[in-house]
Amino acid sequence: MWEYTDKVKEHFLNPKNVGEVEDASGVAEVGSMACGDALKLTFKTDEDGKISDAKFKTFGCASAIASASSLTEMLKGKTIDEAEKITNQDIADSLGGLPKEKMHCSVLGRQALEQAIAHYKGEPKKEEEGEIVCECFGVTDREIEKAVRENNLTTVEEVTNYTKAGGGCENCHDTIREIISRVGDEEKPVTRPKLSNIQKIKMIEETIEKEVRPSLKQDGGDIELVDVIGNRVLVVMRGSCAVCKASQQTLENFVEAKLREMVWPELVVEEVTQ
Amino acid sequence: MKTIYLDNNATTQVASEVLEEMLPYFHDLYGNPSSAHSFGGQVGRRLREAREKVAQLLGAAPEEIVFTSCGSESDNAVIRSALETQPDKRHIVTSRVEHPAIKSLCEHLTNQGYRVSEIPVDGEGQLDMDRYVESLTPDTAIASLMWGNNETGVIFPVEKTAELAHEREIPFHSDAVQVAGKIPIDMKNNVIDMLSLSGHKLHAPKGVGILYLRKGVKFSPFIIGGHQEMGRRGGTENTASIIGLGKACELAAEHLEEENTRVRQLRDKLESKMAERVPNIRINGGRSERLPNTASISFEFVEGEAILLHMDEFGICASSGSACTSGSLQPSHVLRAMGVPFTMAHGSIRFSLSVYNTEEEIDFVIDKLPPIIETLRSLSPYWETGKQAAAGV
Repeated sequence: MWEYTDKVKEHFLNPKNVGEVEDASGVAEVGSMACGDALKLTFKTDEDGKISDAKFKTFGCASAIASASSLTEMLKGKTIDEAEKITNQDIADSLGGLPKEKMHCSVLGRQALEQAIAHYKGEPKKEEEGEIVCECFGVTDREIEKAVRENNLTTVEEVTNYTKAGGGCENCHDTIREIISRVGDEEKPVTRPKLSNIQKIKMIEETIEKEVRPSLKQDGGDIELVDVIGNRVLVVMRGSCAVCKASQQTLENFVEAKLREMVWPELVVEEVTQ
Repeated sequence: MKTIYLDNNATTQVASEVLEEMLPYFHDLYGNPSSAHSFGGQVGRRLREAREKVAQLLGAAPEEIVFTSCGSESDNAVIRSALETQPDKRHIVTSRVEHPAIKSLCEHLTNQGYRVSEIPVDGEGQLDMDRYVESLTPDTAIASLMWGNNETGVIFPVEKTAELAHEREIPFHSDAVQVAGKIPIDMKNNVIDMLSLSGHKLHAPKGVGILYLRKGVKFSPFIIGGHQEMGRRGGTENTASIIGLGKACELAAEHLEEENTRVRQLRDKLESKMAERVPNIRINGGRSERLPNTASISFEFVEGEAILLHMDEFGICASSGSACTSGSLQPSHVLRAMGVPFTMAHGSIRFSLSVYNTEEEIDFVIDKLPPIIETLRSLSPYWETGKQAAAGV
C-alpha cells in the first residue's frame, strides 16, 4: 500500500474544484486512458488578469486526483505569470510530498497547466513537439529532457517515476540513458555564488558537526575533517566507523551526499589513514 | 471499524483451529524432528501426520508430499529441476497469465538462453489449446500451467493439458496455489506430475508451501542440505507451520462443499448486484469455469487504486489489477493477455472470498461500492462521453 500523506488523502477523499469552468479562457487535456491517468484542466481570469476560477476532471489514482485538486487551489488568485512558475515539485510539496513512484502525477498537473496557459495565450498546442521515445506511454524526448533538467534526474528509474517513460516494454531505456547524459553534459547556469576556500571549509566543518557527526555517533562512530584540497574533502573515520565494513558506503551515500547537498555539489569525500 | 476481508487470494487468516494446533511447537515442543531423542521424535510423528493430511486433501501418497517455504519456492524448484535433469532440453511451455513466480522465473531463464513459449488466452481467459499442442516439442523440458488464475479465478483444463504433455513424454507441472481447498483435487485421477501449493492461501500461516512430486518423477533438489524431506529439500522443517498446514488441509476438505455452495452464492450475488446497480462494468472471465470465491470486476472509466482507497475508508479489503496499485505502470498482465480494453483494465477490482465471509459483509459492499464508483465517475473526464458512446448515443 502506498504511504500517502494526510494532505493527499484529504484532497483525494474531498477533492476541491471538480468540474469544468464555464467560459474558460484556459483549457487543457493531457494524459490518456491507455496511460492510466488523464487530466482536464480549465480556468478563467478576471479583469485584473488573475485566475478567478479553476476546475479539474481526473481519471487516475489517488495521487493524480489529489495533485489536480491541489493545483486548482494553488491557481486561484494568481496572475498568469505567477501560475506559469508553478513546478511539478511545487504541486508535490503542496501535498506534503508524493511517493517517488507517483511523481508523474505532479508532472501531469504541470503539463496540463502549461498547455492551459498556452491555450489562454492563443499559442499552438505544444504536445506534438519532439519525437516519441517511449512508445508504451507516448512520451517524447522533449518531455524527458524537461523532466531530467527540472528535477535533476540521474537514472532511468527516476525518469520513469516522473514521466512514466520506460515503464512498459523497457525498449527505450538506452535512449533515456542517452538523454540523461546529454542533459548532464549541458552547461548548467551557475546560480550559486562561488565560495571562497575559507567559506567552503567553514561550511564543511559546520555540516559535519551538525548533520553528520550526530548520526555516526548513534552507531558509536565518529568522523574528523583533516583537510580540504580544492573539492577533495579528506577525512578520518573514528570509533566503530574505523572498523566498519560499510564505512565506505557511509562515506559515499551519507557523508558525501550530505556535503554535496549542503555545501557544494562537486565535493568528493576521501578517507585517509593517519 | 470492522474489517471486511475480501482479499483471500492474496492471503488468508490463519484459522483458529490451525493456530491452536501450532502453538505448542514454538515453545514447549521445540524439538528437532531429526533428533534421536524422543523429545524431538514426538515432533517427527506430528510431521508425519501432517504429511498424511496434506496427501489426503490431494488424493496423493504421503511420500509424494515435500514441504517447502512457499508456493514460489515450489515453482522455482520444479522448473529448475526439469532443466537440470534434462540438460539437453532448452524449452519451457507456460501461459501468458501465470503468477510472477513462474512468469518472472521464465523471463530470467530466457536471459540465460532457454526458450519459453507463453500460450495466449482468449477474451474469457481460456487457454488456446491448439497453440499449446503446437508448442510441445521434443526440446520441451517441462510444461507448466496454473490450475486456477489468481486474478480472475479462471480454471485451466490442466488434467487434459497434462495428458497432452505426457503423450509427448513431457513432464507437466501446475501451480495450484489458488485451487487447493476451493475445488476438489484428486491426483489419483490425473497424470499431473508436479503441483505447487501454498499454506497461507488456505488458512495456514505464511512461510510454508507444498510441492507435490508424483512417484517416479525425476527431481533434483533446489535447496541442497540435510536429509530432510527424503533428501528432496534440505533445511530443518518449519515444524509449527507444517503441523498447522496439516490441520488447514483437514479443514479445507471439510469446507470444500461450503466453498462451492455458500461462498459461490455470495460471490455470484456480489457480481449480479453490481451488474444491476452499476452501469458499464465487466465481469472478467465471467463466462469461463472459475474458482467459486473469485470475482474480477472492471468498472469502466475509473481507476482501480482510487476505488480501493475509497473502499478502505469503509474497512473493505480487496485488490486491483490497475497499474497504479502495483507501482508498475501497466495494468495486470492477466487482463492485458485477455484483451480487456484499457478503459476497463485500469478500473479492475478483485474480490476474493473465503468461508469466513458472511452475507452481511457482502451486502455491505453491495451497498457501499456503487456510490464510490459514481463519485469517481463524476471526477472522470471520460465518463460523460464514454457512457454515451457505450450506450450508442
